[in-house]
Amino acid sequence: MLRFQNVGLRYGLGPEVLRDVNLHLAPGSFHFLTGPSGAGKSSLLKLMYLGLHPSRGNISMFNQDIATIDQAELPGLRRRVGVVFQNFRLLDHLSTLDNVALPLRIAGAKEGTVREHVAELLSWVGLGNHLDVHPPTLSDGEKQRVAIARAVIGRPSLLLADEPTGSVDLEQGLRIMHLFEQLNKIGTTVVIATHDRGLIKRFSHPVLKLERGKLKINRRLGQHKSAQDKPESSKDAQNNGPEDLRADPLKQISTGDAVDGSSS
Amino acid sequence: MARRRDLPLERDGTGRFLPWLIALMVYLACLALAGAVMLNEASARWQSGLTGTMTVQIPAPNSDRAGEHPTLVAAVLDVLNNTPGIREAQPLSHEKVIALIEPWLGQGNVANDLPIPVLIDIQLHDDPDSGTAIDTVALAIQLEQVAPGTRLDDHEIWISRMLRLSRTISAIATAIVILIGVAAAATVVFATRTGLAVHQGVIEVLHIIGARDIYIARQFQVRALSLALRGGLLGLGLAALTLALLAGVAGQLEGPLLPHFTLTPYLWGGLAALPLAAALIATLTARITVVRTLSRLP
Repeated sequence: MLRFQNVGLRYGLGPEVLRDVNLHLAPGSFHFLTGPSGAGKSSLLKLMYLGLHPSRGNISMFNQDIATIDQAELPGLRRRVGVVFQNFRLLDHLSTLDNVALPLRIAGAKEGTVREHVAELLSWVGLGNHLDVHPPTLSDGEKQRVAIARAVIGRPSLLLADEPTGSVDLEQGLRIMHLFEQLNKIGTTVVIATHDRGLIKRFSHPVLKLERGKLKINRRLGQHKSAQDKPESSKDAQNNGPEDLRADPLKQISTGDAVDGSSS
Repeated sequence: MARRRDLPLERDGTGRFLPWLIALMVYLACLALAGAVMLNEASARWQSGLTGTMTVQIPAPNSDRAGEHPTLVAAVLDVLNNTPGIREAQPLSHEKVIALIEPWLGQGNVANDLPIPVLIDIQLHDDPDSGTAIDTVALAIQLEQVAPGTRLDDHEIWISRMLRLSRTISAIATAIVILIGVAAAATVVFATRTGLAVHQGVIEVLHIIGARDIYIARQFQVRALSLALRGGLLGLGLAALTLALLAGVAGQLEGPLLPHFTLTPYLWGGLAALPLAAALIATLTARITVVRTLSRLP
């Protein structure tokens, strides 16, 4: 799925912000990425969504070496990656609906199916009444949910999220985490960068820990195996409307036939 | 062309100044083109007016040999009329010759005793390929023998100088039009780069989401096409007004050497092509600029 070999990254002539990063994300895996501020989390995510070239080392994604791949194939790879940016990066001049529809339209989805899919997903994240609203009028929590909807609408093979629960309350945070888990269950590889230790503890996924540009992997395999069936969070989640958390979002995002994610 | 407009290009400043710059450039290009076309037509007209004619000039006689002069003129006319290829040879009347000199000396200022040469206007046969081509050198020698000092002028030197001048001016006008095209392209490059800088954030998001460079370029090129077409039509309109005004003013003036200010359909076609050319240049330039800039993104 995604493999880093001895990857280093420096900006300009500055010091290396990432050093000797070796990493292999198996298809369908779920990882947290954590570390103190300035440890290089965002830089690592940027490398993962092909927003930067590494200064050294090799990155291969979906079994293709990024250094040698034909430039024309990169957009196709990027379409298979969903990204939730820390500062959302919504397009202020587009409505909520058009923001979320962007990946589908860029991939050439038929307009007839786009609106329906987007409206369903937005109503699932609680923004059904905000389809035609523009981002500047939304609260940070709402913006975050729009950003997440945009990242998952194309049913990506790899989902990268930078502090995706940072601006929402616990209930919304858990709804979002469950959405990510459901995507993960149908095969999406997920990496979530977060500072939130509580969130990491709640779920039993391995943790990638960055410290001063070096990556350590804490596999935590089986550590909370039972927690996945009955996590602390599920109590909260159930209190907050479990029906919503189950079937809905995937039904719609798995009808991703509108998007040919594998095309280049 | 673009199905969607994800970039708020209509909100940046390029929309305000680009059409005016393009309008100015198309205006100047229209004037340069119109000037070149009209000069070409005028020189073609002069050329056709002078081809098929020659002039013989018999110098004014010395006062002591004035009596022989009519004989000399008759002898020259005799030679000319017996030369195959010459249709007609007519001496210009004294009044006509005076009228030709007057523009230089002023009306009524030609002194009566001024030695005036005799000018003979020669019309050649229309078809120069009919085997009656004239050996002008031989004819000139023959005339010199009959009447010493007589000059045969087939206007070749004047026509060739005239043609050289009009060709030079045409070349300069063409160069001006090309330079204006280059300047227009450079303007679009800067406007597009400004747009790319202004919308860098949005472009990055589109890029990361998986938009192809062409997808983004298309939005810039559609915008450039629309702005350039708008500016180009404005420039063409202003140029048309200017030319119509010039044609009106020039029409009141009757001068044999002035180029005729006629706006032919051929000229109008050429002028109408300029805004289209500007739009094409703008579209291609915007596309190339965006694709080249985006190709540097990771």
